[in-house]
Amino acid sequence: MKLRAGAAGVCALTLTALWTGVVMADGSGDPAAVKNQDGKYYDKQGNPTYSIKADGTVDWYTYSGFIRYSSECLRCHGPDGLGSSYAPALVDSLKTLSYSDFLGVVAGGKKAVNTAQDLVMPSFGTDKNVMCVADDIYVYLRARSNGAIGRGRPDKHEAIPAAAKKWQDTCFGP
Amino acid sequence: MRCFSLTVGICMGLVATLTAASVYADSDEEKAAANPANWAMPRLNNSLTAYSTLKQINTGNVGKLQVAWTFSTGVLRGHEGAPLVIGDVMYLVTPFPNIVYALDLNHDGKIIWKYEPKQDPNVIPVMCCDTVNRGLSFGDGKIFLHQADTTLVALDAKTGKVVWSVKDGDPTKGETGTSAPFVYKDKVLVGDSGGEFGVQCHMTAYDIKDGKRVWRGYSEGPDDQTLIDPEKTTSLGKPVGKDSSLKTWQGDQWKIGGGCTWGWPSYDPQLNLIYWGSGNPSTWNPSQRPGDNKWSMTIWARDLDTGVPKWVYQMTPHDQWDYDGVNEMILTDQRINGRERKLVSHFDRNGLGYTLDRVTGELLVAQKYDPAVNWTSGVDMNKNSANYGRPTVVERYSTETPDVNHTGICPAALGTKDEQPAAYSPETQLFYVPTNHVCMDYEPFKVSYTAGQPYVGATLSMYPAPGGNNMGNFIAWDGKTGKIVWSDPELFSVWSGALATAGGVVFYGTLEGYLKAVDAKTGKLLYKFKTPSGIIGNVMTYEHGGKQYVAVLSGVGGWAGIGLAAGLTDPHAGLGAVGGYAALSNYTALGGQLTVFTLP
Ligand code: HEC
Repeated sequence: MKLRAGAAGVCALTLTALWTGVVMADGSGDPAAVKNQDGKYYDKQGNPTYSIKADGTVDWYTYSGFIRYSSECLRCHGPDGLGSSYAPALVDSLKTLSYSDFLGVVAGGKKAVNTAQDLVMPSFGTDKNVMCVADDIYVYLRARSNGAIGRGRPDKHEAIPAAAKKWQDTCFGP
Repeated sequence: MRCFSLTVGICMGLVATLTAASVYADSDEEKAAANPANWAMPRLNNSLTAYSTLKQINTGNVGKLQVAWTFSTGVLRGHEGAPLVIGDVMYLVTPFPNIVYALDLNHDGKIIWKYEPKQDPNVIPVMCCDTVNRGLSFGDGKIFLHQADTTLVALDAKTGKVVWSVKDGDPTKGETGTSAPFVYKDKVLVGDSGGEFGVQCHMTAYDIKDGKRVWRGYSEGPDDQTLIDPEKTTSLGKPVGKDSSLKTWQGDQWKIGGGCTWGWPSYDPQLNLIYWGSGNPSTWNPSQRPGDNKWSMTIWARDLDTGVPKWVYQMTPHDQWDYDGVNEMILTDQRINGRERKLVSHFDRNGLGYTLDRVTGELLVAQKYDPAVNWTSGVDMNKNSANYGRPTVVERYSTETPDVNHTGICPAALGTKDEQPAAYSPETQLFYVPTNHVCMDYEPFKVSYTAGQPYVGATLSMYPAPGGNNMGNFIAWDGKTGKIVWSDPELFSVWSGALATAGGVVFYGTLEGYLKAVDAKTGKLLYKFKTPSGIIGNVMTYEHGGKQYVAVLSGVGGWAGIGLAAGLTDPHAGLGAVGGYAALSNYTALGGQLTVFTLP
């Protein structure tokens, strides 16, 4: 289990507990939200997903994912998940990568270093600034990948749910 | 000092024609640099003017320029910096894996030797924004390479064999090497990168003979680490006092304080002072590191032999925008207010063009070099003011409050200018400056520090400055008055270092891949040629076999390749404006290539 190994960081216990609860073995499938648990949305297979209201209000995780994506991933993957001269467009990757594939790459990294290219995706398994919000980033990219939101910062978003606040405080620590 | 009198003699003769005369104990580099046919230093001379006295190519004939030969580097990533030319040999270095080539100019660039270091690829993702390398240096019969993993290697210039090698930093803590090493006198100077990883950055001097460390000065910390002398080191004319850095940080935060040194240091041989800028304090979330965060964002003047600073000047106290202060320090002698002065000029990321007296560190000029700059209303120039030398921050553009999206800030974090160095022509007395014309929204938030992991703490969105679609300008700047003389708009940020020549022609490259030649006096376009990939390298020139050549590396990448690839959008333009600005990926693709031009 790549995930467990990757999460063997400072908040390993909590992270692993959360992940083993939701990781599905196969692809992410239909992104439609069927469940809202404390402001976090899930599809029918139990994968985290986004929820966008008719007036454009996005759920907290989509918004938070935009913020965290932009600070942790943009420097390689380009703005809005669109790719760059350095790393692939994640809006395209998520069309085929499942939730667990995604978490696996983020925690464990990925390399294609050969005579033609030097592609290295770092492993963020011990980086709290990423692992504590890996779901948020996933949900945001999933929304981007499905065309549910456009480029840039979502205009309106739901307030931070108490559960998210609590999770951040425990995961990030003081 | 063995050749002191000799070198002074040589200098006297040269000063008239070459403002960038050098006094070196290292006679090898001195000789190479004194010959105008060569390009023996990263920016041609120790003053970093990148002004060549060659004038076979001039305003009258540059329109006839043709490609003489080309060379593929075999590496795809962003190619910054410029090759060196010493005699019949050209030396160039690629981005990671940092292959060094010695090319034979007598045979259209046939490979004389090639050196490829073995480096752990895990250093790749630690490098913020692409695996660039800004070039090599030459001296004492050696070529100096600063690898991505911070190893400084001395190669025998004739054979490419390793003479000595030393490790400057620790990439597992986020410390990497991207800058060119600089050879001044008998020392090799090396700065580090890693401001986005909370590295306590430093400048280090190594002995050119054997690589022994002579001194290391940190950008922040107690006086014994910054090498600051509390009584003798001054800032704006006053001694800085004991532990001037420590007092401006909360607790131990200086230990992860950033202030990196990956820019372009210059050297004044008469004063024996080296000049460079330190970068942004870590993290990008300003509320997390109260205080002025000295001496990040600072212009340093250190003694070359001891490393002790003569003076320091902090440009952006308590940075709130990632206005990394590393850009080049260009040394000129000009007349200001009727007085001949020794000057240092610097185009900061923060959008201000500074001119200081390089002997004393007195601040003479601080003016916006892009009218879009809005985060400050200007620098307090009143010597009697408590805020003397400080920029006045426009409250609306302060990013001090976390978890708020601060909008409309100009310039963006990549600065009105990033690392790509400007040039200076003593004939026109103008600086030629590649600039960005991009603004941003900035949203800081709390982050935690883990050694070796990114320590960023802000999200930003970038878009062209209001009122236009162009993301860059190539400008001529009068450093004495702080005024733009002419400005050529460019579709994308200009990410290429400029070259000024005695032929009255100024050269630069564009992100689409054009090499452009413009009239130094007017900015009028005289020639352009589309090279195979976007240009983020610096244009250089040399003479070989009686002919003048102009050369530039293409190979898009760097921050520009990442930030601009997909095209910027204006978050304030309302819905439907998506993809409103040109996407660099529609113009160019990866690929490292050298293109060498000459007249038919
Ligand atoms: C230092 C640069 C860098 C950073 C930072 C980075 N990545 Fe990557 N990432 C890459 C590269 C390069 C690849 C391609 C690796 C390969 O093909 O082997 C990649 C691949 C991936 C992939 C697999 C894509 C696919 O199509 O298989 C995912 C998912 C991914 N990254 C997610 C992220 C997320 C989420 C973040 C932010 C938390 C992030 N990356 C930050 C460089 C980076």
